[in-house]
Amino acid sequence: MLGILASIIDGVLVGFVYGLAAMGLTLIWGVMDVINLTHGAMIVAGMLALYLLTGTLGASPYVALLPVLIGGFIVGILLYWIAIHRMIGRPPLMSLLSTFSVNLVLIGVSTAIWGTALFNVEVSVPGLSIGRYTFPGTHILAAVLAAAIACALYLFLHYTRFGKAIRAVANNREAAELVAIPTTRVLAVSVGIGVALASVSGMLIATLFPFTVLSGDGYQLKAFVVTVLGGLGNPIGALIGGVVLGLLEGLVAPFVPVSWTLVIEFTLFVAVLIAFPGGVFASRRGAL
Amino acid sequence: MLRQPFFWLITATIAVFATAPVLGNNVDLRESLILAALYIILASNLNMMLGYAGYINFGSIVFFGLGGYVCVWLVSAHAWPLGASLLAAGVCVSILSLFFGLGILRLRGAFFALATIGVNEAVQAFVENFGPWGGSSGIYLSPMIFKPLGGPAEALWIIYFLMVALMGLSLYLSYAVKTSKFGLGLLAIGQNEDAAAILGVPTPLYKALLYSVSAFLPAMAGGLYFLKSAFIQPSDAFDLTLSTEVIVIAMLGGQGTITGVAIGAYFYEELRGFLLTSETFSHFQLVIAGLLLLLIVLFFPSGLMGFIYKHFPRTQKVLE
Repeated sequence: MLGILASIIDGVLVGFVYGLAAMGLTLIWGVMDVINLTHGAMIVAGMLALYLLTGTLGASPYVALLPVLIGGFIVGILLYWIAIHRMIGRPPLMSLLSTFSVNLVLIGVSTAIWGTALFNVEVSVPGLSIGRYTFPGTHILAAVLAAAIACALYLFLHYTRFGKAIRAVANNREAAELVAIPTTRVLAVSVGIGVALASVSGMLIATLFPFTVLSGDGYQLKAFVVTVLGGLGNPIGALIGGVVLGLLEGLVAPFVPVSWTLVIEFTLFVAVLIAFPGGVFASRRGAL
Repeated sequence: MLRQPFFWLITATIAVFATAPVLGNNVDLRESLILAALYIILASNLNMMLGYAGYINFGSIVFFGLGGYVCVWLVSAHAWPLGASLLAAGVCVSILSLFFGLGILRLRGAFFALATIGVNEAVQAFVENFGPWGGSSGIYLSPMIFKPLGGPAEALWIIYFLMVALMGLSLYLSYAVKTSKFGLGLLAIGQNEDAAAILGVPTPLYKALLYSVSAFLPAMAGGLYFLKSAFIQPSDAFDLTLSTEVIVIAMLGGQGTITGVAIGAYFYEELRGFLLTSETFSHFQLVIAGLLLLLIVLFFPSGLMGFIYKHFPRTQKVLE
C-alpha cells in the first residue's frame, strides 16, 4: 500500500513537468488555433541542449535552464516566421502540415547527426527519504522548477501589459487589432514562449530519464493527452492535467509493464476527447 | 461511367503497369513499379480523406501495417490460403476502422488529426506487446507458403499483378466515390462541415464510412507487401516515414485530384530511388521529404494539378 502511495507521489512530481510541456502546446493553440506539431522535436532540442551543455562545457545541469529558455524563445520566433505566419487564417489543415514538415526536417537532421543512441545525463541531487522510500532529488527539483515557471507564466499573462495583450489576442484577434495591439508581434512572441516552455520541459525530463533523438513523439503524445485533459487553450488547466496524468501513471506503474503506458494513455486521450471535448478541467472556453 | 474518357485513362494506366515488366521479363522494372503501385494505393486512399473531406490522417499507415499483420498471421499460424487471408485482412481492418471511425470521427479538424497521431503510436505499442504476433521481433514466413503458387519466383509475379490490380481498384474507387452522391457529401464536408450537416449530409456516418472504405485496399496492399518480404515487425509495419511520404505525395500531386496523386506517387518513387542510391542523400530522406512538403504547403498548396488546371483550363474537363 505504501509502495503504491510512493509511486503516486513520484508520478505527481513527474506530472508537473508534463504539465509544463503541455502549457507550451496549449498556449500556442489558445492564441492562434494552431497545433504545433514540432512540439516533440522542441522537447528533444531541450534534452540535447542539456546534454551538450553539461557534457562539453561541464556546466551544472540547472545552470542550463536560462540558456535553454532563451534559445527556445529565439527558435520559436524563427518557427513562427518560417512555418506559421503564412498559415494564419487558412484552414487548420495547412498549419498542421507546415509544422509537421518542420518537425520532419528537425528529426531527420538530428538522427543524421546523433543517430538513435540512448543519451543519459548524470545529475546528482540528494534525495528525500521517508521511511523505506526515497524520492529522488531530481524529481523533486524538477517539479519545483516546473511549478515555478508555470507561476511565472501565470503572473506574466495576468499582470503585465504584454501578457494582457496576448490574452486579448487569444480572446478576439480583430478586436485586439482595433485597440492597436500589434497582433503579429503578439503571435510571434506566443510561439516563442510556447517553444521555450517545450524545450525547458525537455531539459527537465532529461534530468529524470535517459532519452533518444526520437523520444519526442512519446512526450508529444503525453502533452496532447494533458492538453485535452486540461482543455485546449488553458495553461493552468494544462498544469492540473499534467499532475493528473502523472498521478495516473504512478497509480498504474506498479501493476502494468511500462511498455503498455502509451496504449493506456492513448485510450484515455480518445475517451476524454469524445466525452469532454472542452476538457475535463476547463471551466469555460478560452480561459487563457 | 464507361463513356467517360477518364475511366479509360485509368484502364490504360493499369494496362501499362501490367504489361511493361512482362515484356523482356524485366525484374528491376517490376520491383520499381510495385513500389510505385503501392504508393499510388496508399496515396489515393489517403487522398479520399485529405482531398475530399478535408480530414488529415497522420496515421494512415496503421491500415497498411494492421492488414499486413492479419494476413501474415493467418498464413503462418493458421495456414490459411493466401487469397483468403488477403481478403480477411482487408475485411478485418475495414470493420475495425469503422468502429474506430465512429468514435474518433466525432472529433473535428485538428482534434481528429491529434487522434490519428495517437492511433499510430498506440497500435504500434499494442502490437509490440502482443504475444501471438511475435511482439517486437515480429513474424517470419517460411518460403514453403509459396508452393501452391508454383515457387517463389512465380509467386513474386503473382504478387506484382495483384498489387497492380489493387492499384487499379484504388483509382476506380477514388473516381467512383468522387462522382457519387457520397462523394458530393464528402466534398461538402470538406468545404464547410456545419453547412453540410444543415443541408442534410449525415456527416458522422459519412466520415466513418469513408474512414472504413479508405482502410480496405491499403490493408490488402499491406498483406501483399509483407507476404512478399516474408517477414513483418512493428517498426516496418508502422513506419512513420511511409505515413509521411504518402502525405507528401498527396500534396505534391494536388489534394483531391486523382491524376495528380497518381503522378505524384510515381515521381516520388523515382525520386526516392535516386535519393536512396545516392551517397550524400541516403541519410537525409526524411529531411528532403519534410522540405518538399514545407515548400508545397507554403507556396503551392494546390500542387501539380493546381498548376496544370490553371495553365491548361481545358484539362479540368478530362482529368479528375
